[in-house]
Amino acid sequence: MSPSELLQRFGPREAMDYDVVVVGAGPSGLASAIRIKQLRPETSVVVLEKGSEPGAHILSGAVMDPRALAELFPDWKERGAPLHQGVTGDELLVLSGQRSVRTPSWLMPRNFHNDGCYVISLGALTQWLAQQAEALGVEVFSGFAAAEVLYTEGGAVRGVATGHQGLGKDGEPSDHFQLGMELLGRYTVFAEGARGHLGKQLRARYRLEDGVDTQTHAIGIKELWEVPAAQAQPGHVVHTAGWPLPSDTFGGGFLYHLEGGRVTLGLVVGLDYRNPWLSPFEEMQRWKTHPAIRRHIEGGKRLGYGARALNNGTPQALPKLVFPGGALVGCEAGFLNAARIKGSHAAIKSGMLCAEALVLALQGGRSHDELDTFAQGFRRSWLFQELWTYRNFKNWFKRSPLLGKLMTGVEHWLLPKLGVRQPPWTLHNHTADHTRLQAASAMPQIAYPKPDGKISFDRLSSVFVSNTNHEEQQPVHLQLANPGVPVALNLERYAGPEARYCPAGVYEFVNKDGADQLVINAQNCVHCKTCDIKDPTQNITWVTPEGGGGPNYAGM
Amino acid sequence: MKVLVAVKRVMDYNIKPRVKPDGSGVDLAQVKMSMNPFDEIAVEEAVRLKEKGVVTEVVAVSCGVTQCQETLRTAMAIGADRAILIECADELQPLAVGKLLKALVDKEQPGLVILGKQAIDDDCNQTGQMLAALGNMPQATFASKVEVADGFASVTREVDGGLETLKVKLPAVVTTDLRLNEPRYVTLPNIMKAKKKPLEVLKPADLGVDVTSRIKTLKVTEPSKRGAGVKVPDVATLVAKLKNEAKVI
Repeated sequence: MSPSELLQRFGPREAMDYDVVVVGAGPSGLASAIRIKQLRPETSVVVLEKGSEPGAHILSGAVMDPRALAELFPDWKERGAPLHQGVTGDELLVLSGQRSVRTPSWLMPRNFHNDGCYVISLGALTQWLAQQAEALGVEVFSGFAAAEVLYTEGGAVRGVATGHQGLGKDGEPSDHFQLGMELLGRYTVFAEGARGHLGKQLRARYRLEDGVDTQTHAIGIKELWEVPAAQAQPGHVVHTAGWPLPSDTFGGGFLYHLEGGRVTLGLVVGLDYRNPWLSPFEEMQRWKTHPAIRRHIEGGKRLGYGARALNNGTPQALPKLVFPGGALVGCEAGFLNAARIKGSHAAIKSGMLCAEALVLALQGGRSHDELDTFAQGFRRSWLFQELWTYRNFKNWFKRSPLLGKLMTGVEHWLLPKLGVRQPPWTLHNHTADHTRLQAASAMPQIAYPKPDGKISFDRLSSVFVSNTNHEEQQPVHLQLANPGVPVALNLERYAGPEARYCPAGVYEFVNKDGADQLVINAQNCVHCKTCDIKDPTQNITWVTPEGGGGPNYAGM
Repeated sequence: MKVLVAVKRVMDYNIKPRVKPDGSGVDLAQVKMSMNPFDEIAVEEAVRLKEKGVVTEVVAVSCGVTQCQETLRTAMAIGADRAILIECADELQPLAVGKLLKALVDKEQPGLVILGKQAIDDDCNQTGQMLAALGNMPQATFASKVEVADGFASVTREVDGGLETLKVKLPAVVTTDLRLNEPRYVTLPNIMKAKKKPLEVLKPADLGVDVTSRIKTLKVTEPSKRGAGVKVPDVATLVAKLKNEAKVI
């Protein structure tokens, strides 16, 4: 049954009016909601979250710069924000084969220093932010995905509708079918994270990317470990460059020691990689076997696993942030600071800046128009200064890792020493990640070692510890525009890259009765959005599955 | 007639439990909690009885920490009319919960108490039975079908040889099995409505119940890992291995 037929037969949907609707209970969405309530308590604010609870879908390193949090809650320590472990030491390693070279501290560019920052679980912080928001009177509804943007006749956003529940695999309503609900707002804030499914529609509809650089992405794959007490170094931060990624691939590793003998570690791989044989998942697994990494986790136990696409966050690629009736905040827009390898402070700050513009508009009695003061506020903020300073980082590395290292050194080590804060040049990128894959026949195959079950693992045992679940009887939420493309083009020309870049084993090519076909195991999906980004012909669209589905990250 | 439904807040069924390194219990830090699935079936059954007109009021009750209020809100979103939390930060064992529920039955005088047959965290399968004994009420456990009429409940239960139907005089205790029903979706409009329904908070002392634990947990360990399988070339080897190595034939 088509969406309009469903509405005709079961509708109309129930609707609820709010001043502000926020899509996504992550750091940026919750910071928006909190800031609005702090500045204008009488505002009605609702936050929708597709995860089963706030934090369930949050995946980040994370080393956090507390600057924005301290602006949101100057008394965050007294309120018990879960920032327990200060950074005690920074290591930047360049890995090769079995060796590692540590960059001397005095040579480390300023962006790699983490003094004053904290090693945290961003999921835990998100849970805490949700509690703070609810205490201020924000309504937070978890387990409900915003599945559709609603527009006024004049073409402004007037809210969102949640997804239906109880559709069968064939898209027909089951006995348990329940219509979604409309949440209407004078303004709607989109905070879905990188490559948001509604954000993607808004970018196209309002041409938010006109005149800016092309946004590029990476995939981050992360694990949480419990390590023997003798190996624990609470607050120790390690970043790695080099092995196992080939020199033409952007990316790097991170390993942070949390409190309580826990270590969080992962590998980030730029999705502009060219070799379709590359598997980010397997790269991450073999990265852990390097002596410099292995020594931290040897004898420990893996507790959690997850993956998420992230923006590479150059301010040149930030889209227009506002459109009639709404705004993009956090990773939905792309506020990450790739050079500092962190974005949660930027997410919170962007949410706050948006909230300040919202409050101004609401006080002026406005609705459904453009929050122009958000963009202006951003331009005047420290966040803009910070992102602008590091604007070239990713683009240098895209040209070559050597040039990246050299120019990062020049821009953020040498120039500051000469008294130049801002590099005088700006690099641009207009190449989208999905256009970069080369034919499989033209690229070297990569032989990955078999997982040993102690340090390295396979995909399925990994998804198992992400606590991922979806209602089985629902339409597949990974939609193919053309069902023939996976076999006829992707398998034929690129050797089926979706089976490699998907970190959760969703895509599987099988040969049935002599014919190749693609099987989509949608219930494994950890909502990372990589397929939506990397598919060579953009044939895959990630849409929201039934609310509450997806991973249930704990302590990630 | 009033129905009392007991619900427990447990680790969500999607989460892989992990034993704390010191062996003192399961690690619940930052773990998603939700309503025990058997209890969800109990709430659904009570609400269906109300929709059929057999029951006039559905009261959900939970015993435990403050956050059990969320579980009770879910029960009210499914359709319970009001909720009672007996708040207690200490561990509550089945006997303590049985006593608390007994005290509440005395206070509320329900015609029927429905509970899940067991909670998926400790798998005790005791609370319903203990409540029936303490309250001197008939019990029908593992219900796969419940019909209420003329002061009696006919309860069908799955037994080894087939189906058994019991007739119990009300007030009675019924515990639910998986096949009793399939709970409805909790919808957003119903969650919003549930926020406005009354939720009363009591303490065990208000009911005059001593909830001290009688059983001490000595140690919790994870199940031992299964060894790798082997492929055998033929039946003879298989039989030999079953005889000599596995010693099962």
